[in-house]
Amino acid sequence: MRLHARIGFILLLTPLVLWLGLLIVIPHIDMLLISLRERISFGVYETSTTHYQKALTEPLYLRTFWRTAVMSVLATAITLLIAFPVAYYIAKMAKGRLQQVLFMLCLIPFYVSELVRTFGWMILLRETGLISNLLQWAGLADQPVEMLYTDAAMMVGLVYTSMLFMVVPLVTTLESLDDSVVEAGYDLGGNGLSVLREIIIPHAMPGIVSGCIVVFMLSLGNYLTPTMLGGKDSLWFTEMIYNQFIVRSNWELGATFGFMLLVLSSVIVWGMLRLTGRTLQETMG
Amino acid sequence: MTKTLLATTCLALMGLAQTASADTLRLLTWGGYAPDDVIEMFEAETGHTVEVTKSNNEEMIAKLRATGGGGFDLVQPSQDRVMGPQMEFGIYKPIDITKLDQSQFIPSMLLATMANTTVGGEVYGVPHVWGTSGLVMNTAMAGDTVKDYTDLCDPAVAGKVSYRLKRPTLIGFAFAMGEDPFAAYDDEAKYKEIMSKVEAKLTECKPNVKTYWGGGDELMNLVRSGEVTASMAWDTGGWKLNEDNADITFVAPASGALGWIDTFVLPAKGQADDAAYAWINFVMQPEVAAKITAAAGNFTASAGADEFAEDALKAKYQASFSQEAIDNIKWYPPVPAGLEAIEGDVLDRVQAAN
Amino acid sequence: MTPDLECADLVKRFGDTTAVDNVSFSVPPGSFFSILGPSGCGKTTIMRMIAGFLDPTSGDIRIKGGSVLDTPPNKRPVNMVFQHLALFPMMTIADNIGYGLRRQKMPKDQIARKVDEALDRIGLPGIGGRKVDELSGGQKQRVAIARCMVLEPDVLLLDEPLGALDLKLREHMKVELKALQAAFDTTFVYITHDQSEALVMSDQIAVMNAGRFEQVGTGQDLYYRPDTPFVAGFIGEANRWKGRIERAEGSALEMRTETGLAMRATATGTLSPGDTAEIFVRPESIRLAATAEALSAFDNQLQGTVTSILFNGAASRVLVQDSVGETLEVTLPQSGEFANLKRGDTLHIGWGAAQATCFAVAA
Repeated sequence: MRLHARIGFILLLTPLVLWLGLLIVIPHIDMLLISLRERISFGVYETSTTHYQKALTEPLYLRTFWRTAVMSVLATAITLLIAFPVAYYIAKMAKGRLQQVLFMLCLIPFYVSELVRTFGWMILLRETGLISNLLQWAGLADQPVEMLYTDAAMMVGLVYTSMLFMVVPLVTTLESLDDSVVEAGYDLGGNGLSVLREIIIPHAMPGIVSGCIVVFMLSLGNYLTPTMLGGKDSLWFTEMIYNQFIVRSNWELGATFGFMLLVLSSVIVWGMLRLTGRTLQETMG
Repeated sequence: MTKTLLATTCLALMGLAQTASADTLRLLTWGGYAPDDVIEMFEAETGHTVEVTKSNNEEMIAKLRATGGGGFDLVQPSQDRVMGPQMEFGIYKPIDITKLDQSQFIPSMLLATMANTTVGGEVYGVPHVWGTSGLVMNTAMAGDTVKDYTDLCDPAVAGKVSYRLKRPTLIGFAFAMGEDPFAAYDDEAKYKEIMSKVEAKLTECKPNVKTYWGGGDELMNLVRSGEVTASMAWDTGGWKLNEDNADITFVAPASGALGWIDTFVLPAKGQADDAAYAWINFVMQPEVAAKITAAAGNFTASAGADEFAEDALKAKYQASFSQEAIDNIKWYPPVPAGLEAIEGDVLDRVQAAN
Repeated sequence: MTPDLECADLVKRFGDTTAVDNVSFSVPPGSFFSILGPSGCGKTTIMRMIAGFLDPTSGDIRIKGGSVLDTPPNKRPVNMVFQHLALFPMMTIADNIGYGLRRQKMPKDQIARKVDEALDRIGLPGIGGRKVDELSGGQKQRVAIARCMVLEPDVLLLDEPLGALDLKLREHMKVELKALQAAFDTTFVYITHDQSEALVMSDQIAVMNAGRFEQVGTGQDLYYRPDTPFVAGFIGEANRWKGRIERAEGSALEMRTETGLAMRATATGTLSPGDTAEIFVRPESIRLAATAEALSAFDNQLQGTVTSILFNGAASRVLVQDSVGETLEVTLPQSGEFANLKRGDTLHIGWGAAQATCFAVAA
């Protein structure tokens, strides 16, 4: 019996271990090794930290690094601000079919690939696009308006792409909030703001934190949206990684950037958990 | 060079998938270089099957580098991307020129390509498709202003121009600024000096640019919609747009179009060399080459294929290129290692500049 | 004296359904008022209207004489103890109790003092720092009441707050709630479907059915003098017979049941011969005896066979099948007289006409 149980356990665990090992742990170790070597000449390499020094001293890399971090945080904050009322409506106010329909509406954009979604935004926002034409038709603009290739356009794209990943955890936690707790909040003299601050937000905190972590990581690791919607000033850190690996064939610097991104996201997630006084287990469990 | 764990893992997986299909030709190439009708004819004639993966220069080399030259049986990087990567990563294997029907190639192009792709006395590449990059523009709107790459920075076309943030742009601007970057390929200091001038120009030019285009479709949309009136681009893009709008066409810049040749090379761990040689011999036949020209929009190195090419395409070609412009084409020499690092830094700084 | 709470002609409709149908009542200060009814009778709707979470379709709600229809729930001098208490799980006990005071912008030290006082009052001093889920059911109950009482509301609404407790605790909390009400000297309006809760604690009980009040009165009124068949059937247990009135002299009646038995009963309202009626007799009003002679003083007498003995301590019952096959429920006296009773024994049962209440049944 015990032997059987153990074999079963090992069999169940094997795919997970293989997946983690082959696709996550081993490549990361390999990336770390690559990032720590320096090309001396054709096929000759030495171990060194020169790429980390370069990445941390070159103003361009640092600037892109921080810009990506700050913009991702901003995108996360905007997503939260938009998603919270939406999630509250879905979880607490919409009933039955309407609730399902609204939830589906949040899901529908994800039926098409990210590329198609981004192209959709390009069609809307471009100078000869729908919105520009509408504005001209309505007399609000007397010449074509270019809304593409700006940080704002990129932000719109990032928020749009992330919305679902914020709405789902929020809806789940808000659904578990007993209506009568909210009513009690009003009954005891609270107004909308104080009920929100003292009751709804503290209750939704696990959802807010896990949603923010996911959205932040998605934004930080997004490649398509910043590249396509952001225009000529929109250098994103992932784009730099791609450039180093593919265009420049500089795997060493690319791997260094990759590790910096990993550290950055870990630090920010850790900071977010510390700030809200939560543990990872509570948030993901 | 230590084998990377990642590469071995991939290789192991590829190897497993590979053993069963030795007759399959896994072709890593550009869009349009292996049209469906040509594949059908080839499969019918030889019994081999062809699997096509579409890509670009950078990705081709990155893919082969990740696998140490495995995963594909025939690859088509540009001729300037053969020598450097081979010396650096050893991802190709020598090509046996005797297995090819050399009479099917335009002799001058064959010799030039072989010379440019020779490493350690071995030849690694033969030519296939060639073309140029220069300026695609709406001649009615920008024809008077834009004669050369640097004219894209003219205030008259502010907000209406585009180019890629890639190395051809650096090279093109360098020529337009009166420099000869190709001559400086072996002189790193000189090359850096040229590149810093280009960087200054591109940074200064940045406010003029609407956006840096990334893919061919993106550029086509920009020009077709009229949002961009002049851009640095490939000749075929201009000729395709010409079909929709007679004002739009490809123009060879005053300082000379940049000429490229896409080659055939064998990846180091290719497993269907016979099929690869058969494919090369097959597509270099004049009739087949003409089909590829029709699909890709570019001419091939096949001798005698001109006869079979569409007249319309020839006409467009002649309209874009006078004899003088043809003589002025700057053919890319092989890129020495290290240059791309210099260029990369320049491109990064331009993109980050405000 | 102005009543603390007064509802006048209160009506609430949801679409075509009338949840509350023309209900009027008033609750004098300091009293314990219960609304008792089966689930779905509209009692929760009334309570939510008083608290302000629902607007009445028509009618008025007055607290201390003033209408509160235009006052939002957070401004009404009414607080509510919810069915599942609705304590704030994200706060400590002290923060829970202090929540309402914080909303009133009371200074912090004053809040702390009031919270401590309230905790003393409910007999749980020193638990202010604990989390909600560290308390037992009864403790949570008391905290939920204290959380409302620190605000000194004119009326405290309680929505079946004992429903989630186990039986033993529920019995205990009934007594405790009554004591708390006396201690706080506040008007309680209590909603329940459990008659025992209502009977034990209330000064006045309104029995509600299908959106209307059937009867309002003290527990004794409802139990001994039900106005309607619904009240008679809902409060306490009853054996019932349907039949036709044969003779009527004032309130004294004689009815022929559908099974053919003749019974004497006392009429509620006016009944005349030929009317269809229903007789209610409580199990504890029926006397058991071994012989018919012992029951000769009673107006109604039957003979039957014991089919089952339902032992439940002081509330033990015996099921008796009479000659026409009906089963009656009779309280088993615990005086030892019937200690040896077993299934199949023959018994005589009897009850007086005064204990048999008769109502007219709509034909």
